[in-house]
Amino acid sequence: MDFLTLIQLLDSTVRLATPLLLACLAGLFSERAGIFDIGLEGKMLAAAFFSAAIAALTGSVWIGLLAGITASMLFSLLHGLASITFRGNQLISGVAINFLAAGLTVLIAQDWFSQGGRTPSLMGGARFEPITLPFAEAFGSVPFIGPIYQELISGHSILVYLAFAMVPLTWWILFRTRFGLRLRAVGENPAAVDTAGVSVVGLRYAAVMICGVLCGIAGAYLSTALQAGFVKDMSAGRGFIALAALIFAKWRPWYALYATLLFGLFGALETRPDVIEALFGIKVQGALLGALPYVMTVIILAGFVGKAIPPRAGGEPYVKER
Amino acid sequence: MTLMHKFLGATAALALSAGAALAEPALIFDLGGKFDKSFNEAAFNGATRWAEETGNSFRDIELQSEAQREQALRRFAESGANPIVMTGFAFGDALGQVASDYPDTDFVIIDMVVDAPNVRSVVFNEHEGSYLVGMLAAKASQSGTVGFIGGMDIPLIRKFACGYAQGVKAVNPDATVIANMTGTTPAAWNDPVKGSELTKAQISQGADVVYAAAGGTGVGVLQTAADEDILSIGVDSNQNHLHPGKVLTSMLKRVDNAVFDAMSDGPGMEKGFNVMGLANGGVGYAMDENNADLVSADMQAAVDAAADKIASGDLAVHDYTSDDSCPALSF
Repeated sequence: MDFLTLIQLLDSTVRLATPLLLACLAGLFSERAGIFDIGLEGKMLAAAFFSAAIAALTGSVWIGLLAGITASMLFSLLHGLASITFRGNQLISGVAINFLAAGLTVLIAQDWFSQGGRTPSLMGGARFEPITLPFAEAFGSVPFIGPIYQELISGHSILVYLAFAMVPLTWWILFRTRFGLRLRAVGENPAAVDTAGVSVVGLRYAAVMICGVLCGIAGAYLSTALQAGFVKDMSAGRGFIALAALIFAKWRPWYALYATLLFGLFGALETRPDVIEALFGIKVQGALLGALPYVMTVIILAGFVGKAIPPRAGGEPYVKER
Repeated sequence: MTLMHKFLGATAALALSAGAALAEPALIFDLGGKFDKSFNEAAFNGATRWAEETGNSFRDIELQSEAQREQALRRFAESGANPIVMTGFAFGDALGQVASDYPDTDFVIIDMVVDAPNVRSVVFNEHEGSYLVGMLAAKASQSGTVGFIGGMDIPLIRKFACGYAQGVKAVNPDATVIANMTGTTPAAWNDPVKGSELTKAQISQGADVVYAAAGGTGVGVLQTAADEDILSIGVDSNQNHLHPGKVLTSMLKRVDNAVFDAMSDGPGMEKGFNVMGLANGGVGYAMDENNADLVSADMQAAVDAAADKIASGDLAVHDYTSDDSCPALSF
């Protein structure tokens, strides 16, 4: 495998890891506050549809992005209502959101555009274009570092840089601010937070809404940056892989970055069977690589490689008076 | 669930009781919907053409859920519609159960084989059409490397890939064909993001024409090919208009002809196995103003000559599904 192929592979890794990373961080906020969220997939899908649809109608991708985030936050609100206010089962609420999003998006797409559950192709300003970072052209001729900067670091859409910036930001919010401390506490021991006079319900809603925003960006990235339009079920299980990455990362922001990059690399390798063959000398089925994230998560959960301990109050609705 | 079925039944009954006259043909669309710009829309166009040419009318219904398949079939059959045409392999099970209950009604199923005395099963020789677009791909390619991106890894899609590879090799025996499948689950039909990545991966291996037989995933393939300024080939219906000047051609599956023929033959038509190939206009490649500049006259002449040979039986294109192997491509 030559250097250029490696760069292309890593470039593909970054593109594939970005929606996973955003969704994974979204899940991180929610689950750290004690609200399990398996509706990441549904929220991404809803955001993917609404951002593409509104971008197609208005011609502006930024309005589309806002619409996607709004749609995703509405689903988050629904999840919050069901699991925080009405103390329902968080898993069931998440499943319901996934089904609701899968059905609603196609139904509305068919009603608005009559194209078999698709949106029209987005053109020009209705789409996030790749950004060329300064001096990318000039640096390109520098050996080794040049191609890395020009091909790998430059030339992604702005949402990619946003996603990567979210990692230190998430770490800082969770581990260096008062809000973050309380948020983590609410996922470990909500009664203690309540005793301290801080609203458990308010904190959990805040976490769920942040989750909505991040899922919204992830969905918008799928349909307006990676693609130029919505196709039914286009999230294709990425929400679940993000969830697997979250467990793999043991609910920590930096590990989330590494986990999603690793899963992204599996995805990128899946598209290059020739590289695998050249590296290992055997033909590997693509499906095997596709299954690896889940296999590794099971291994982690089984406790073979360290322990993955979820937030202690996760999945339990908080009841104030006992 | 029973209550749900009753509701669905009632809705279907309401929807269907609106129709009237006897022995009208009926058309049932699959879940993709009537205007899906592809398979179902082609069926609708065929029926519309029949209605315009004969001055008769037909009845149709768009399914909204999986549970309606059998309901819709029974309602149409009981109201006297004949023949009843349905699009898509997913009707196989429902029709298998219903067909024997209505021996006097003729059923036509497209893309699937149902063995019953009153059913006509229409299947297409996709490998023949794919052979032709493979020839075009090899002629249009500068690099000598062309790509194929399939949806779910099933024998039908390998049949596409195999025909395509044979067409490529017929023009340029030294050409490289890179074939990738998107996945092994039905999600592979609707993963344009992965379609994009596969396209980019094939481009980095030198491909400059990519053929997508991948449903919704193909949208991503065609988009990326247009963005990266290489050529792509569409499938099923004419997709040349999606990216004018960037889509080399489309492999046509003439579902409209199958529906038109079925409605023209009417009740009492010939039943059994109906193969739509190059010989009877069942498959082909698309030429229109969007790709006129991409396909030169002698490219077209060469492909048409091959089409004539295949139609007359002088040239045999290997069908992957006949023996689960492909002489031109290894999976």
